[in-house]
Amino acid sequence: MIAQTDVDALAEQVPDGALLALPPDYSFVPMALIRALIRRGVKDLHLLAVPISGLSADLLIGAGCVKTMEAAAVTLGEAGLAPCFTRAVQDGAIRMKDSTCPAIHTALQAAEKGVPFMPLGGVIGSDIVKYRDDWKVVDDPMGQGGGRILLLPAITPDVALVHAPLADAFGNVWVGKRHELFTIAHAARTTLATYEELHDGDLTADPVLSAGTIPAMYIGALAQAREGAKPLGLAGRYVIDMDHIRAYAKEARTQEGFDAYLKREVLGPEAEAAS
Amino acid sequence: MTTGAYSPEEFLIATVTRLLPERGNAAIGAASPIPGAAALLQRELTGGAFRVSLIHGVTNNPFTDGGRELFDAAGQGRIDVFFLGGVQIDGQANLNLVGTGDYPAVDRRFPGSFGSAYMYFTVPRVILFRPEHTRRVFVEKVDFISAPGVSPPDVRRRGGPHALVTELCIMMFDRARARFRLESVHPGRSVEEVRDNTGFDFDLPDRVPTTPEPEPERLDILRARIGREVAGTYPDFAARVLGYRARATG
Repeated sequence: MIAQTDVDALAEQVPDGALLALPPDYSFVPMALIRALIRRGVKDLHLLAVPISGLSADLLIGAGCVKTMEAAAVTLGEAGLAPCFTRAVQDGAIRMKDSTCPAIHTALQAAEKGVPFMPLGGVIGSDIVKYRDDWKVVDDPMGQGGGRILLLPAITPDVALVHAPLADAFGNVWVGKRHELFTIAHAARTTLATYEELHDGDLTADPVLSAGTIPAMYIGALAQAREGAKPLGLAGRYVIDMDHIRAYAKEARTQEGFDAYLKREVLGPEAEAAS
Repeated sequence: MTTGAYSPEEFLIATVTRLLPERGNAAIGAASPIPGAAALLQRELTGGAFRVSLIHGVTNNPFTDGGRELFDAAGQGRIDVFFLGGVQIDGQANLNLVGTGDYPAVDRRFPGSFGSAYMYFTVPRVILFRPEHTRRVFVEKVDFISAPGVSPPDVRRRGGPHALVTELCIMMFDRARARFRLESVHPGRSVEEVRDNTGFDFDLPDRVPTTPEPEPERLDILRARIGREVAGTYPDFAARVLGYRARATG
């Protein structure tokens, strides 16, 4: 059994200054928990997008919760640039650690295996390498004629956040084929999960569901949050609310506009009651 | 169905489709609806021999092992075609997806490099797609190299740039010479217009053909069958360009 709590109590478990891993917008983002984190006034976060992010990172950045951002990209997709991210980088308000998608996956895989670094092909000659003093290019140390190769240090997030369609009373969390959430949970010190529905039974005992289940040993705490990914989508349950995302992209073009959004959708009494 | 007229997007879809092989695996990123539609059209035309994965798609996304699977597959050589763009692209096919100005203090910040720094090395046929053909995009030297067009011999590299498609023309890339060559100019456009709007030097054959117009039967297939296929991934594009609106179901 594992502690069941509520979303705001879950948000209390993310310490200021944490290295926080976020799934990409298409992959089960716990938006209700993100809003609760902003309400709790979390500070100095180091965000890791796995490997890209959108609305969740943009809200945290706009609300002043973020110190550094590591990502292969931050974007609102078809709705355009992520306005707070763009403004914060242009103004120097956050430090951006530019990466590339497979580098983030690979660094998490190193953490999954408990090894200090992992090689990755390609990338050499990209200016990304030039500005990452934590990355290293070496001659193929195995002497197999592979030429130069990039080494990436393992990334161990302090906390990973996921939203799942199902969880059970034992603390197992079902995410289906979204296996990047497995990688995030395996690599992070702890994972905080919200979920839509409580599954009656043990997810790991079900021969079909177990293949998509993150076992409880990786989960620190969980809380139910119905429609907890909205306004983003949750595959198989609800689709992304593009009208909301487009309206956000427009409103948050100025800090004043963003503040109005924040007050209405995140901090306001209605938003609090709905979470 | 009327096929005499076509939209600029439909023209570009038909143009990109002709650059695709008869078989193999294509992967399409999230911000690439025109290449996505082109690849799905090629899949229809080849009876499925050309396979397509929309990597962020709810549908047409066969990957089951998370975000890393595409990159692992590409690293093994299982992905044959990929599409990339750029805020800036230069004459050596270097791509900038990060921002303009003096990095890290950029003047204008864009989303970031995505997987470009890796896919450009691992996928044999990368097609560069950037409709806006201006000197703002096609520069002499990019401000930030997200992904280099060519590499020295001591860097292992299977993949790289194959062709560039813009609103004005098609260019092919010669990796040995690290230069673009003008392949064809779209109907109603001129070589001079291409030259005036390109900030880098490129090879110019004596005679430059005109890019063919979309084949009517392909336009029919595109309009009848592809909107539904892309709607799950590019809902705005499916509605606006292909006239398809998905029902908002859970």
